[in-house]
Amino acid sequence: MDGILLQILNGLDKGSAYAMIALGLTLIFGTLGVVNFAHGALFMIGAFCAVSLQRLLGLSFETLDPTKKDFLGNPLKVKTPYIESWFGPEMGASIIDWSVPLAILFSIPIMLFVGWAMERGLIKHFYKRPHADQILVTFGLAIVMQEIIKHYYGANPIPTSAPSAFKGSLDFGVMLGFDPNVIIYPYWRLVYFAFSAAVITAVFSFLNFTTFGMVVRAGMADRETVGLLGINIDRRFTIMFGIAAAVAGLAGVMYAPINSPNYHMGMDFLVLSFVVVVVGGMGSLRGAVAAGFLLGVLESFASMNWIKDVIPGIDQIIIYLVAILILLTRPRGLMGRKGVMED
Amino acid sequence: MGILEVKGVGKRFGGLQALGDVNLSVQEQTVHAIIGPNGAGKSTLLNCFVGKLIPDEGSVLFNGQSLLGRTPHEITQMGVSRVFQTPEIFGDLSVMENMMIPCFAKRDGAFRMHAFESVDNESELIEKAEQMLIDVNMVDKRNMNAASMSRGDKRRLEMAMCLVQDPKLLLLDEPTAGMARADTNNTIDLLKEIKEKRDITMAIIEHDMHVVFSLADRITVLAQGTPLVEDTPQNIKDNPKVREAYLGETQQ
Amino acid sequence: MLGLDKRDTKFLLIVIFLTLATPILLQPFPESSTLAQFNAGYPDLMQRFAIFGIFAIGFNILFGLTGYLSFGHAAFLGIGSYSVVWMYKLLDYNVIWGLPLAVILSGLFALVIGYVSLRRSGIYFSILTLAFAQMSFNLAYSVLTPITNGETGLQVYTDDPQILMGATEPTSPHLFGIVMNQSAKINLGDWVFTFNNGYYFCAIIAIIAFYISLRIFRSPFGLMLRAIKSNQQRLNYTGLNARPYTLAAFVISGMYAGLAGGLMASMDPLAGAERMQWTASGEVVLMTILGGVGTMMGPVLGAGVIKYMENIFSKINEQVLHSWFGWLPDSLEGFVIFIAEHFVGSGWHMTSGVLFMLVVIFLPGGLVEGGQRIKAMFNNRGGDDADDPEHHPKHAPHVAE
Repeated sequence: MDGILLQILNGLDKGSAYAMIALGLTLIFGTLGVVNFAHGALFMIGAFCAVSLQRLLGLSFETLDPTKKDFLGNPLKVKTPYIESWFGPEMGASIIDWSVPLAILFSIPIMLFVGWAMERGLIKHFYKRPHADQILVTFGLAIVMQEIIKHYYGANPIPTSAPSAFKGSLDFGVMLGFDPNVIIYPYWRLVYFAFSAAVITAVFSFLNFTTFGMVVRAGMADRETVGLLGINIDRRFTIMFGIAAAVAGLAGVMYAPINSPNYHMGMDFLVLSFVVVVVGGMGSLRGAVAAGFLLGVLESFASMNWIKDVIPGIDQIIIYLVAILILLTRPRGLMGRKGVMED
Repeated sequence: MGILEVKGVGKRFGGLQALGDVNLSVQEQTVHAIIGPNGAGKSTLLNCFVGKLIPDEGSVLFNGQSLLGRTPHEITQMGVSRVFQTPEIFGDLSVMENMMIPCFAKRDGAFRMHAFESVDNESELIEKAEQMLIDVNMVDKRNMNAASMSRGDKRRLEMAMCLVQDPKLLLLDEPTAGMARADTNNTIDLLKEIKEKRDITMAIIEHDMHVVFSLADRITVLAQGTPLVEDTPQNIKDNPKVREAYLGETQQ
Repeated sequence: MLGLDKRDTKFLLIVIFLTLATPILLQPFPESSTLAQFNAGYPDLMQRFAIFGIFAIGFNILFGLTGYLSFGHAAFLGIGSYSVVWMYKLLDYNVIWGLPLAVILSGLFALVIGYVSLRRSGIYFSILTLAFAQMSFNLAYSVLTPITNGETGLQVYTDDPQILMGATEPTSPHLFGIVMNQSAKINLGDWVFTFNNGYYFCAIIAIIAFYISLRIFRSPFGLMLRAIKSNQQRLNYTGLNARPYTLAAFVISGMYAGLAGGLMASMDPLAGAERMQWTASGEVVLMTILGGVGTMMGPVLGAGVIKYMENIFSKINEQVLHSWFGWLPDSLEGFVIFIAEHFVGSGWHMTSGVLFMLVVIFLPGGLVEGGQRIKAMFNNRGGDDADDPEHHPKHAPHVAE
């Protein structure tokens, strides 16, 4: 029982990331009819927004501290971040400490802009082209984006720390009456899960409760009719692309402390997120979210030792296996709509 | 016993009864038209003949063999060809290549791994395809890209592709839909010619009464998913029930 | 000749000539000139031309003819390599054992993967193949380590059985004693030409592979594959079953990929899992579309251009850039070099990404179509079109070379 609970919890953070990326992918599918292979790159860029902000805040100048000596007896050089000199040491330190959550604010405009630029600059010209062309051009774009990041940030993962307030782990088991140290769960992962739940809820409420969202949903169902009603659906779709980019970016920002960002993380997540979309059902937003969490948790179960003993390597392939099984038994995925991407 | 025997066919989509208790018998070497207002279930019925839909009840027999549960290519191999509402041809290929494919399908069946033969060496089939193109007056377009032709020519090509397989039954789904009057008349002439020259049976779904009355030997009127009446064109014209259900509607 | 018409025979002869003369043709600059860095007549680069040419020719049979975009062909590349290295380990270094095994095994895998993946089409098919390839890649890295030797990569060790190994047999890949990495060098004045056994081995296989694909293109089978790409609905209503045709195309292209992977291990007795990653599948897609999807010559051309550019771009460093742009005013030079830096050296991948986008955006027909457009431009100016319409239908450019 406790083992199962632990695996469910462990699966939630990856599942959250899958769900958020898959949600964006599906939004882009549904609204623009475009298969976006560069969506993983957006997730990666989000993560690097966190890295950049942490570096930016850490920018410092050097002063000589005459009171201290280094081992050669010279006055010690002390680095002081500008932030600390502007806001005072305590305030400054805590701003730096909180850089990852702060990066959320920093990344939203960046991601919206990147999304807007991508849609207007490139994707727009591919609405009417075959899906194969869309895949290819966005695949090329993904390579370019990841190479740019690699050029400036190097090939190694960059550790990015969560605020120290969230550094420990929660002994979840004790709260539920199990023995201590059976189910321990890092605070940050809890934060990540809550954050993703909030983002996903926000996207759904936006789509369900605002006029804008309703038009977009109507457009997803029947683009032509909505266009005939005199509504400028293209402009809204551009905005939706920006939102999808922002969701992927936010997923990336907050994921940075869980897994040190590297340039190819986007590609790694992209492949899995695509599988998630397919399992959930192309064009189904709920399906994408549900499948994201489902597969995240399944993956975590498959990595339990006794399961790995029975079926070696199952943790590496479980997601793909499930996807293949689902595609063959339910070709439209768990909650897919008829006629989406079936030509 | 007709070449196509439809007995008690019914099909539901969710709560909608698209077809109910359809009985139909298409006699050999006749042109049988199926007419009816929009939503009467004409296309649904046609799709039940070709394996695209499986009816919930009833049977469809072609030459005494059931068509239900067979895939489109199996049904085509049995001798049922289909002409679509919008001409379905191989747009990326040349007219001649379009013609060669049905020739191969007729000779070699649904699949054959002929990866080491050359298309150019199949002089017998090439001749057959060319003869067919001459018959439909398209031989001068043999090297044209199929997609770049006019709609009328595409229809002609599609028809030729079906006919070159010598089908026993040709199904036509609104063959003149969206055509200009001149093209429509050409198509009617072509179909008449086919009817006279070949021992072929045709089942035709059509909106255009002009087409129907100039071609059909028998007419079935479908209304709300079920046959209202089946008779000769003249009797159909005079039938008050039909006038009410269908012809009256078109005159509004 | 060989079941080809006159035009295709001529075409094949040209390809044979170009392939055999590659060591000379790709060495146009004398050693002492500064342009010598653009020479490409090195054994390992030429081997890669031939090997990736085979890979791309095979991929084109699937993607070019049927339009099914597979993102999983790298898996077959890996399977081919592992088969060959295993034969080295168990039998001996003669490549004659491993290569047929590579083709057969990858064909079997392709049969299974294709059977499952081809139940869906379009984007679903691409994702299914991608899933299979990633699965193979992950397994090769983890559980299958006893077979693949994981991250280290599979190689031959001295304590391997090698039961057929003779006392005087070479200790590197060979074909009945013809050692792959041996070359004959010929100096002609300032020019050096390297005639490498391995290259000629790959080249001869590549020519055979090309010939087979030429026959497939001209066959009724090839026509059916093109019909599948054009209109599957009509194909079904013509009485043809699309699935065995696409499956056959998938298996054939998988076998080509396996052969290419086997040849990689025949040149260098190593096999690593990274060969199976989906970025490698992406590379062959790039080659095919860069050259021209569905054309005979395009994929070979694309493979050559990509591998050549990879080689050249990877070699260029800042120093070289300075020597090129030194004549510019300092500030401008700095700027140009700053931009150029992104694309050279380890920035090659960036260049390939940009290339990918440019080709898809501006030249969906690839280099071959580009060439045809230019040719058509000149022809129009000259006002004559002497091409035999029978064998060179303007409207069906994908069978033209």
